[in-house]
Amino acid sequence: MTQHRNTIRIGCGAGQSDDRVPPAVELAKHGALDYLVFECLAERTIGRETLSKLHDPDKGYTPSLHERLRAVLPICHANNIRIVSNMGAANPVAGARAMRREAQDLGLGDIPCAVVLGDDVAEVVRARPNLTILETGEPLESILPNLVSANAYLGADVVAQAIGTGAPVVLTGRVADPSLFLAPMLHEFGWSYDDLTKLSVGTITGHLMECSSSVTGGCFAWPGRKAVPDLARLGYPIAEVSADGSIRITKTPGSGGRIDVMTCTEQLLYEMHDPTAYITPDCVLDITDVELTNDGPDQVAVRGPRAKPRTPTYKVVVGHTDGYIGEGEVSFGGIDAVARAKMAAETVRERLEMQGRVFQDYRVDLIGMSSLHGAVDRRPEPYEVRLRVAARAKDRKAAEAVGFEVRSMHMHGPGGAGGGKGPMVREVLAVKSLLLPRELVRTEVVMEGRL
Amino acid sequence: MNDTIRVYDLAHCRAGDKGNTSNVSVIAYEETDWSFLRDTLTEERVMAAYAHIAEGPVTRYEVPKLKALNFVIEKALGGGVTISLAQDIHGKGLSNVMLAIELPAGGRNQASLNT
Repeated sequence: MTQHRNTIRIGCGAGQSDDRVPPAVELAKHGALDYLVFECLAERTIGRETLSKLHDPDKGYTPSLHERLRAVLPICHANNIRIVSNMGAANPVAGARAMRREAQDLGLGDIPCAVVLGDDVAEVVRARPNLTILETGEPLESILPNLVSANAYLGADVVAQAIGTGAPVVLTGRVADPSLFLAPMLHEFGWSYDDLTKLSVGTITGHLMECSSSVTGGCFAWPGRKAVPDLARLGYPIAEVSADGSIRITKTPGSGGRIDVMTCTEQLLYEMHDPTAYITPDCVLDITDVELTNDGPDQVAVRGPRAKPRTPTYKVVVGHTDGYIGEGEVSFGGIDAVARAKMAAETVRERLEMQGRVFQDYRVDLIGMSSLHGAVDRRPEPYEVRLRVAARAKDRKAAEAVGFEVRSMHMHGPGGAGGGKGPMVREVLAVKSLLLPRELVRTEVVMEGRL
Repeated sequence: MNDTIRVYDLAHCRAGDKGNTSNVSVIAYEETDWSFLRDTLTEERVMAAYAHIAEGPVTRYEVPKLKALNFVIEKALGGGVTISLAQDIHGKGLSNVMLAIELPAGGRNQASLNT
């Protein structure tokens, strides 16, 4: 018989795969948490992990799982904090085994793990070459030969089911970020997966929490304009949610950073397009009537989210190889720095052309001048400038040539160049999106270890 | 008093990415400035400011309860994070272009000046 609770505290210990670890440790220690969520999957990272699984069937989960769990497992074990994370990436079962080995090594004994499966839909989409790529309108067939991975963004329902097993740790592959936070609420409060108001509560909470410090003063501080106390010790967020749907966002007691209406508003609109229709696998969130209120120091109350029913499809991110990116850099300072950098850029372009190199995309940046916000005519010339040339090519050799030719500018280019760097080359793992009817996705929870 | 005012003087901004689309929020410090921004910070003005970076189009959403405007700028990220040749592949810094936009200050209630 499940005993439903009235209020739970959920912390966010990571908002990306290489997020900082010490704030998560502070959060586990001092956050009085019931759940600690680690969101560690960007759009392309699951493709990268799928490739590492191909090389080694025991890999394919988020590599930072080891460091992260070594740091927090003992604290979570002692304080009865349950861990929910998508660090399973492309191989959640292997991730669960790695977690259990870490627990053994830490002397914590046998910790079972509930694993969410079903997001990997590579075979399903391979059999349906006529699916439309959302970004290009072309059929999937056009990228099928280079397909690396295809993962559906699963919702909170299957994660809640995994939590329902009672396992102290839940690992998933691709799950929509907010769903990782909604899931403990569904489980603890016994909310119906069709109660739109409650789904909106969990979804808006998850969206505010999913980027760790982005709601606690990260990406926010501005000298003389927007103060963030003790930025170096930036704390990570905690959501205190009640069964009646009330939400308070706060952060690790005693940590640096700041939570108020301003930080929450920035994060609420982050990566949002139409504020009446933020689509997740669980619902379509509408934030137009949301009110944020400062409810004490570093505490914000969130009221008024709404939702429409979820769509009949899952969003699928498809990873595919798409050639190589090569780049190189070299610096110019002093008299005519910009003119010399431009001369170098032109010489590099000519040399690559003479070699018959073919590129799909080619970009020249003058760092210190126009590399971040593009070229506008009325910008003053800086004292020094760094030339960067980057290009994408089908052929690895062509990509290598870019950095090679840029670096060589310090010998074979205009006068007074220095600090050449290159060639830097990486294989491109591109992503595209599809929509897949829900009935084609079969989710499943499996246990690693015994409860 | 200058006859133009920057978005920076009235609002704070954050940029987010999804595929090749950037969204830049504009959140007024003061209620009265939200109305001023709604009247003056049009889709056309924002498209012009980003014209050398993005193809567009630009769509604007209003969220009055949050004193916010949300601009969705399409074809802004060099094809998207995974294939972009930019240094800032996510366009995290694209909010700075918004902050630097200068608006005609006439019509703004001087009493609400926020510094």
